[in-house]
Parts: sequence; structure tokens; C-alpha cells
Amino acid sequence: MDVKIQVQDLSVRFSGVSALKNVTMEIEANKILSVIGPANSGKTTFLKTLNRLNDLVAGVSVSGTVFLDGKDLYKDCDPVLLRRKVGIIFALPLPLPASVFENVVYGLRRQGIRDKKTLATAVEKALRDAYLWDEMKDRLGELALKLSGGQQQRLCIARTLAVNPEVILFDEPCSALDPLSTAKIEEAMLKLKERYTLVLVTNNTKQAARVGDRTAFFLMGELVEMDVTSRIFTAPLDKRTDDYISGKFG
Amino acid sequence: MKRLKEFIVEWAVKASGIVSIVLVALIFFFLLKEGIFLFKTQGAGGFLAGRNWYPISEPPGFGILPLVLGSLLVTFGAALISIPLSVASAVYIAEIAPGWLKEVLKSTIELLAAIPSVVLGFIGMMTVVPWIRSTFHVPTGLTAFAGSVVLAFMAMPTMISIAEDALHSVPRMYKEGAYALGATHWQTIRRVILPAASSGIVAAMMLGIGRVVGETMAVMMVTGNAASMPKGILYPVRTLTATIAAEMGEAVQGSDHYFALFAIGIVLFVMTFMVNMAADLFLHRRRG
Repeated sequence: MDVKIQVQDLSVRFSGVSALKNVTMEIEANKILSVIGPANSGKTTFLKTLNRLNDLVAGVSVSGTVFLDGKDLYKDCDPVLLRRKVGIIFALPLPLPASVFENVVYGLRRQGIRDKKTLATAVEKALRDAYLWDEMKDRLGELALKLSGGQQQRLCIARTLAVNPEVILFDEPCSALDPLSTAKIEEAMLKLKERYTLVLVTNNTKQAARVGDRTAFFLMGELVEMDVTSRIFTAPLDKRTDDYISGKFG
Repeated sequence: MKRLKEFIVEWAVKASGIVSIVLVALIFFFLLKEGIFLFKTQGAGGFLAGRNWYPISEPPGFGILPLVLGSLLVTFGAALISIPLSVASAVYIAEIAPGWLKEVLKSTIELLAAIPSVVLGFIGMMTVVPWIRSTFHVPTGLTAFAGSVVLAFMAMPTMISIAEDALHSVPRMYKEGAYALGATHWQTIRRVILPAASSGIVAAMMLGIGRVVGETMAVMMVTGNAASMPKGILYPVRTLTATIAAEMGEAVQGSDHYFALFAIGIVLFVMTFMVNMAADLFLHRRRG
């Protein structure tokens, strides 16, 4: 087993209020980890510690360690470079008010890449990987805000891919989408895991079961259990996991 | 009984609203009524484009071009100083300063807005004016530049606090989105936060400039009040507002001079109205 991210005794507090308690886990490379749990269970907080987006919140304090390829994220890592390596897709697609093309190359331009050919190749590659190229190849100049919700979300995936990350975090990426768009995004994710490590936070337990290789169940800031997805959904060890996936609460 | 109470309250509120509108309209009509006489006797062209303001000479000259240019020069200088400074401070307060400093700066700046203009004029006279005289080796420090500096400091509190509000209200999602793509803090400010807040920032600048155009007391104290064509930023000038304030007391009621001062009031009104209107347009601009 090839470990990409190693989390040890991770706790997060927001202005003294505990959001994540002593989480320890390993995330495998080139696999999809599904993270499930009810609201306020700490799943999004957990996700955002992986690329240090929690740093933006006032009053946050993080203890414990997170290693990415053996490097401590909170000690010997520049957060800006880290976020290029660990991309994130949010629940609501948020394209910039610019063309499809400009949205995809946004991250590259910020890195100072100007060459037109490099940019054009990168756009095609990213859009293909996000399953959006066929729909967008003749519409690259169009305003991104005019696309449908599902297309916007895949555009956000494409623009994350364009920066060439190693890990991609998904924060409930389909919560605002219809079933058809959801299916396309799941298809893209299954393809993406060949080259990337994926972490998916979702409220939809069925989605977690469909795409996750492994599944982690969070409750009130604690990691209750984590195992191969089929095990979690058929024979959970903890009663609370069983109650949640069978819909008794949550 | 209850319905009667509702009725009375509703009418009282309505009446207060109408009274304030009527008052504004009355002020405007009064201004127009008094000022219009001058256009009848002097003609609009000679008034607006005339280069000589000799209101009590014989024959009198009522050309306000030097005053208009004086106002524009002082305003332009003040804008040049205050806009970059206030945008930068707003960005610092909204994005960079740590929490406790942010609160201190915000309340301090709001406090600055409460300083009476005559006090600022006085400080300008004691500090800025002598500084200009010795630094630029000019015969007097009472210049358009002194006016610009004092007015810039007067406008900045308004500009900073409104611009800061605009920056602060940019959704956090935008910021997270930019960070998630590996943008640095500065790139996020420059490429995401500033553009997203641009309409609010422009409106803040316009409101500040509107205040500068209409300001009287401080400018009168530091600009030297020479009603001649301005030769440059380091020469004394006189603004439209200072002219009215300085001469209204001595103008004979019903004389051409008296009407000319009202006509200046109309010009000023039109100028500030245009600036405020521009601010309003920017503030309500919607992204397409």
C-alpha cells in the first residue's frame, strides 16, 4: 500500500471550540477516500486541513501532524505551493466572470506562464480529463457563468487539474447538481484516480459507496471508523456507523 | 383604536419623508431663482468662461473661470493624493492587518472623520503651509497644493471606511477559490478581491471627491484666496466655495454681485451632483 497522506493525532479548534478531535489515518495514493458523516461532524474541516485552507479562518488552531509524501504540511511547507499540489473542488461551482478558456488557465497565469501554445494544450488536456472537452471545444470564448451548473462544476475540476495537482479534494461536489451531472462527475473521478489521489466529502452515502475505495465515517469531530468501502457498508464495526448508513439519524 | 394608531403612524412617517424632499426642492429653487438673474444680465458664456473676477470694481467682472479652475486643481490634486493612499489602507485593513489592529484602525479612522474642517484647516495652516514654503522655495505656502493636501486628509476617512466595507463584503468563497488554485495572497487581492469590490471602491472614491469639491472652510484657510487664473499647483488659487463664503457677507442684497454668488452656488451644485450621481451609478452597477 502506497501512502500519500498520513494524518497523526490531528485536532482543530475554532476560537476554542473543538471541530476535529485526534484524527489518525492514512490516505492511499491513486485511490478515492470517501468521507461521510452528518452535518457538523468535522468532515469539511478535515478536508481543509489537507491544503491548509483553514488558515484563512480567524481563530483557528491546529495540532497534530499531517504528512504529504513524508513532508509535514504545517512545518516545512509553503501554503501557496501546497495548494498547487493539493487542489480543492467546492460544493458550489464558482467560475470567475471570464471566458471558459481564462477560467482554466487562471492558475497557470498566476504561476507566470504566458506561452499561448502551452496554455492551449493545457486547456485541452484539463477539459478532456474533466469530461468537458466535447461540450466546450467550440465554446472556449464563452462566458463561464452562462454554462449549466454541472458544466460549471466540471470547469472548476478542469481548472484545478490545469495546475497539475497530486491530490484533489472534493467538498460535496454534487450537492447542487442533478443526477445526470452527478453521474458525469463521478465518472470523471473514477478516471482521475488513475493519476491523482482523491478525497471526497459527501452527504450522499450512496455516492460514497459508488466511488470510494475506502470510506471514513466522522461523527462530532471524531473518526469513528475507516475501512474498505464494501466493509463499511455491509459490516460496520461500530453501531453508530450502522445507524448512520442505514438512515437512522443524520 | 388600533387602526387609528396605525393610520397616524403611517401618515407621520409619510409626512416626514415628504417634508425632507420638499425642503431639498425648495433650497434648489431658491438657489435657481436668485442665481438666474445673473444669467439674464451677464449671459452664461461671459459668466462661465470669463477670466476676470472683479465683483466690486467699476465696471465689475463676473467671470468665474479662475474659480472653477481653482476648484478643479485643488480637487484633482486631492484625488491624486487620497485615492492611492486610501485604497492601500483599505486593503491593508481588510486583508492584511491582524484582527486586533483591524479594529483599532477602523475606529481610529472613523474618529478622524469627525474632526471639524476648521480644525483641519488650522492644522494645515500651522504645518503644511510652512512646510511647502520651505521645501519648494516659494514665496508663500498658501497654495493650491496645500489645499489638496489638507482636503486629501479630510476625504480619506470616508474613502477608507467605505472602501474597506466593500472589500470586506467580498464573499469568502472567492478568496478560497483563488487560494485553492495556488494564488498567493497578493495575487488573490489584486486579481480577485479588488475586481470583485471595484464598484464599491469607485463609489467610495467618488463620495470622498464629492466632499472635497464642496469643502469650504479648510480650503479658504490654506489656498491663499487669489482669484486669478491659476498658474500651477504651487501658486495661490481660490475655489468656488471659498468665494461664496468670503464674499457673501459684504455683497449688497439684490446687486449683481449678490446674484453672481448664487450663480456660483448653482455651478457648485451641478458639479457635486454629477460626482454623487457617478458614485451612485457605480454603487448600483450590476455584473452582467
